Amino acid sequence: MECVFGLVGNDFAVVAADTSAVHSILVHKSNEDKIMILDSHKLIAASGESGDRVQFTEYIQKNVALYQFRNGIPLTTAAAANFTRGELATALRKNPYFVNILLAGYDKETGPSLYYIDYIATLHKVDKGAFGYGSYFSLAMMDRHYHSGMTVEEAIDLVDKCIMEIRSRLVVAPPNFVIKIVDKDGAREYAWRESVKDATVASA
Amino acid sequence: MSIFEYNGSALVAMVGKNCFAIASDRRLGVQLQTIATDFQRISKIHDRLFLGLSGLATDAQTLYQRLVFRHKLYQLREERDMKPETFANLVSAILYEKRFGPYFCQPVIAGLGDEDKPFICTMDSIGAKELAKDFVVAGTASESLYGACESMFKEDMEPEELFETVSQALLSSVDRDCLSGWGGHVYVVTPTEVKERILKGRMD
Repeated sequence: MECVFGLVGNDFAVVAADTSAVHSILVHKSNEDKIMILDSHKLIAASGESGDRVQFTEYIQKNVALYQFRNGIPLTTAAAANFTRGELATALRKNPYFVNILLAGYDKETGPSLYYIDYIATLHKVDKGAFGYGSYFSLAMMDRHYHSGMTVEEAIDLVDKCIMEIRSRLVVAPPNFVIKIVDKDGAREYAWRESVKDATVASA
Repeated sequence: MSIFEYNGSALVAMVGKNCFAIASDRRLGVQLQTIATDFQRISKIHDRLFLGLSGLATDAQTLYQRLVFRHKLYQLREERDMKPETFANLVSAILYEKRFGPYFCQPVIAGLGDEDKPFICTMDSIGAKELAKDFVVAGTASESLYGACESMFKEDMEPEELFETVSQALLSSVDRDCLSGWGGHVYVVTPTEVKERILKGRMD
């Protein structure tokens, strides 16, 4: 089952997601990146139905870019989160998207922020959030060790603690995770946590 | 599980002497899991009118946005704020529009009408208004709230005593309901000021 979680630190926000693409009992790939870089200072970590996940996050990404082209300034994280919620809410009673989203961003005026948006378009600004079966473990870990104003090292340590907990206690634990961070210097990949690499293909 | 019990909520509004109080719990949950303990269920429409929305959080957010939109248009056209009775009719009409595909919310409306007379009402998810002279309740803890309010309510309470009564009724009721709680949010509104207070109850 897909695990996505994130937290807000001192002047950054970090999100982590598992990287397995699964259909029934088959693992298609174990290096699927589920955290999209929405724009220079925003990350969107999504979990749920794989087709909806890719389609919906790309749709949001392109619309966020369009706003910047039209208006010359980028959207704030709050605005992007509310736009995302609006799209999910409009589709909810027609053709719902089964995608859960953690939207992390950094704004110069307001600092880092993390938004919890579930698939039925419930929006809430949080300090720590998680989706999936892994949330039972990662939220508990974060409730215990999180405090406001964590440094990057402390936050990554906490993320690693959550990953260890998921790996050891979840029966269908995903083996690999990707961690991405967003701060004043922008949104970027921070690290991978791999315990299983895809088998290399022998050359023909 | 009922869709009304998906997120969990508790709301109560009470009438005092030329004042009213409206209070809610602070939990946002997804069935058995708690997502946040600082969720705002009560919103200000204008200085003398407050709206609380219990039930499904996504519909509460959508409904709130639609109502704020309608009220702002009203303010532009009429050049004044809406009376609570008028607002209640508006909410009722908007809910009944969706009679065969409703918003899964139960609103609680509290305001000061003409001559500072307090007005409270609640309605079901399809807009059936229930006016009351003393108190109204909504949410997953509504049955406990009915009992607590009925026994603790007195006519013509001053703002301070009203605050105490509403707080005790709310906290004791949410303690009997696993889906609501994690503190309380109380607004006591008099013709001259609005006092907002956070309650610390059993944090479970």
